[in-house]
Amino acid sequence: MDSKTLTHLQRLEAESIHILREVVAEAENPVMLYSVGKDSAVMLHLAKKAFYPAPPPFPLLHVDTTWKFRDMYALRDKAAKDAGMELLVYQNPEAKERGINPFDHGGLHTDMWKTEGLKQALDKYGFDVAFGGARRDEEKARAKERVFSFRSANHRWDPKNQRPELWRLYNARKAKGESVRVFPISNWTELDIWQYIHLEGIEIVPLYFSEPRPTVVRDGLILMVDDDRFPLNGEEPVMRSVRFRTLGCYPLTGAVESEAKTLPEVIQEMLLTTTSERQGRAIDHDQAASMEKKKQEGYF
Amino acid sequence: MNTQEPIYKTDALIAENIEQYLETHQHKTMLRFITCGSVDDGKSTLIGRLLYDSKMIFEDQLATLEADSKRSGTQGEEIDFALLVDGLAAEREQGITIDVAYRFFTTEKRKFIVADTPGHEQYTRNMVTGASTADLAVILIDARKGILTQTRRHSYLVKLLGIRHVVLAVNKMDLVDYSQEVFDKIVADYTAFAAEIGIEEFTPIPISGFKGDNITGPSGNTPWYDGVSLLPHLEEVEVEDSREQAGPFRMQVQWVNRPNLDFRGFAGLIASGQVRPGDEIRVLPSGKTSKIARIVSLEGDRDLAVAGESVTLTLTDEIDCSRGQVITAAQAPLEVADQFESTLVWMDEHELLPGRAYWLKIGTQTVSATVQAPKYEVNVNTQEHLASKTLDLNAIGVANITLDREIPFAPYAENRDLGGFILIDKITNHTVAAGMINFALRRAQNIHWQATDIGREHHAHMKHQKPAVVWLTGLSGSGKSTIANIVEKKLARMNRHTFLLDGDNVRHGLNKDLGFTEADRVENIRRVGEVAKLMTDAGLIVITAFISPFRSERDMVRSMMQPGEFVEVFVDTPLEVAEGRDVKGLYAKARSGQLKNFTGIDSPYEHPEAPELRIDTTEMTPEEAADLIIARLIP
Repeated sequence: MDSKTLTHLQRLEAESIHILREVVAEAENPVMLYSVGKDSAVMLHLAKKAFYPAPPPFPLLHVDTTWKFRDMYALRDKAAKDAGMELLVYQNPEAKERGINPFDHGGLHTDMWKTEGLKQALDKYGFDVAFGGARRDEEKARAKERVFSFRSANHRWDPKNQRPELWRLYNARKAKGESVRVFPISNWTELDIWQYIHLEGIEIVPLYFSEPRPTVVRDGLILMVDDDRFPLNGEEPVMRSVRFRTLGCYPLTGAVESEAKTLPEVIQEMLLTTTSERQGRAIDHDQAASMEKKKQEGYF
Repeated sequence: MNTQEPIYKTDALIAENIEQYLETHQHKTMLRFITCGSVDDGKSTLIGRLLYDSKMIFEDQLATLEADSKRSGTQGEEIDFALLVDGLAAEREQGITIDVAYRFFTTEKRKFIVADTPGHEQYTRNMVTGASTADLAVILIDARKGILTQTRRHSYLVKLLGIRHVVLAVNKMDLVDYSQEVFDKIVADYTAFAAEIGIEEFTPIPISGFKGDNITGPSGNTPWYDGVSLLPHLEEVEVEDSREQAGPFRMQVQWVNRPNLDFRGFAGLIASGQVRPGDEIRVLPSGKTSKIARIVSLEGDRDLAVAGESVTLTLTDEIDCSRGQVITAAQAPLEVADQFESTLVWMDEHELLPGRAYWLKIGTQTVSATVQAPKYEVNVNTQEHLASKTLDLNAIGVANITLDREIPFAPYAENRDLGGFILIDKITNHTVAAGMINFALRRAQNIHWQATDIGREHHAHMKHQKPAVVWLTGLSGSGKSTIANIVEKKLARMNRHTFLLDGDNVRHGLNKDLGFTEADRVENIRRVGEVAKLMTDAGLIVITAFISPFRSERDMVRSMMQPGEFVEVFVDTPLEVAEGRDVKGLYAKARSGQLKNFTGIDSPYEHPEAPELRIDTTEMTPEEAADLIIARLIP
């Protein structure tokens, strides 16, 4: 009998689909956290494959900060509709009321909109399992992260209380009130993600491709002036040909100057670049340094 | 430093023809491997070197690394690759479990996932976890030291977890002047040892992770070595596809896809073989047969699916098939059994309790299982068999397991998915053990259940009563025996047929071989439960008075009885009150240390969560308590 050799992307895809299905079989009320970035796009695509011809049997949850790029909001709504899934958007009412924003509030912005917002949203809907698009290759602290990561009733991550994961067996049992964050694309690298997007023709936010965009330079970061909430201190936005390597809140996400207009060109640039992915992201230095701490507090 | 330019840079192709590069890389395969050895053997240095040579390290990381190397490295002015992957010291400070870290790198031909685990004996469970998904193991040896105890331990675990490809990396060759003699001696020693533990084949390579010898290509320092270098070997070694696909078709059903009445798909990851539409299949354990109708996918129906792929299948007939069942080739079904001999690796701080019921998860099925006392424990360093009554954290042993129902399976040596399982504590939900099925025991098939003509209904009918078990649980001195005695007297006056099983009395006879360790307490309750069950079959109302401190065992006894027949009565007396009474003087002995494992003092009591009755002895007399119980029994 001839055997068929599976490629690394086929192996990764099979593993991720297995994880997605295992959660649906064992969880009471799962949800997929959807951030509209490339990793989310791949995770959503895998979910469509895992449950076809049914739509994925859980909703998408976007923990919104109100400060994402406009292109992200557009794709978010379209992607949910295309997948036939319910889209839940949650904005922390307290952050909204206090007008928390990245210009005036620094770290508090991430803390209230994202960390607190996520906890509130999970509690509000009573989700017991939340899929996230984190990968182990993102940084050292993630390398030993489990696929199934357990959280106490108050969303704390207890590093001493994580379960061993053997073979393809995941122990999803939990006490009432406890919840699990599940990372189906743990074993994918950034290159795997790009290759898969290319191979499968997955739609991603146009911001990943280069285009002339209105920008200002602050603290060495090229920032895009995406709407009129961006306070210009006498600065005149300059049209630059830029693209983004990661996507977050637009006032916090640095662009890179680039001419890469197609996916192969983006991959080409990525492979030839000599700085690591997170270098271009303003708030990430702070985040990476204290990732363990953030996780213990309930940040994804 | 003899650092060659990383040879896996493909900048030229990327720059000139990205489309062709992508095309090439879409056909890469994947290899998962584990590195075995401690930091002293240069394990971290080797992994750091592989990441560096395959260009997984970016300039900014390299700059940090160079700075770190100068500040805290152990290699003088040279780059200390170990700093790339070593987080252990920091982890220890933060109190984080020393654990399995997964690292990734890629070459032209393959993507690699490296499971990096600490090598010391107290981390056996971590190594087992890392090894469970590995296709290949790199066993590191310090050329200066040769084969050590830990080499034997690592090799044993590699064999136990069924890793088929073994590389013996004789490291630090630079420190023995690249001596062929040293290398040959180590290889000869290892050959003898490998045969002993059943490793049939291995690939020895003389390397220096630090200097880069024989990592990416042949080294000028070892002209006497004409074998393969490490990275090319990792790229070329045969992946599992052909072996996995050679066996008969098996798929554990993970999820039944029913979007509407017209579609019923069975989703799962294929554990072995290949499948095509039209293939005849059998569903186990039911034994029903049908044919594959379609292999459904988002991109359209497929005409072939193979081991390792996650698929959705439909069948030509409407037959019962649900999560946990296994779809197999019709002509080559799996064995089905409910008793196994298995090898267990204990992973929890809390030791194995023989007789206690655990959840057992195998494939997509979770069943209830009890483990018998180990036949023996294995000394992981010498592979000697030791007598043992239990298994502690990191212990490996062989024990029989009994399940509450039959499951389809294959021995672990044949298939990891069909023979590997985990045990889960029913209360804490922790994963407490990893297990591997060795073979099925025939006992259940040989001892047939003898159907008797006079059944339990008949026994009960003759006595004009409904059988029941009144299970009194609570601290020593809480008043269980006193209440039990009054209940029995009252029932006798009502012409009911009863029997009182008392903790102290049973220990004079049936259970006189048992002590008071946790394991013995579990067995004590199991036996009492079995006796009580026989008595309910005989139609009796059984009253028991046992401390029975563990929830798991009380739940186990409950599950033995017919629904509604088990009445758990929590005799709730605060410790101070019970200790104040101290009728038998036991608390005083326990407090002074003369009595070990005494419930409430140095052994825990787990309160019932939802007892049928709770008796607060500080608020009612034993007489009143007995009336309450009888009102519940005879409404």
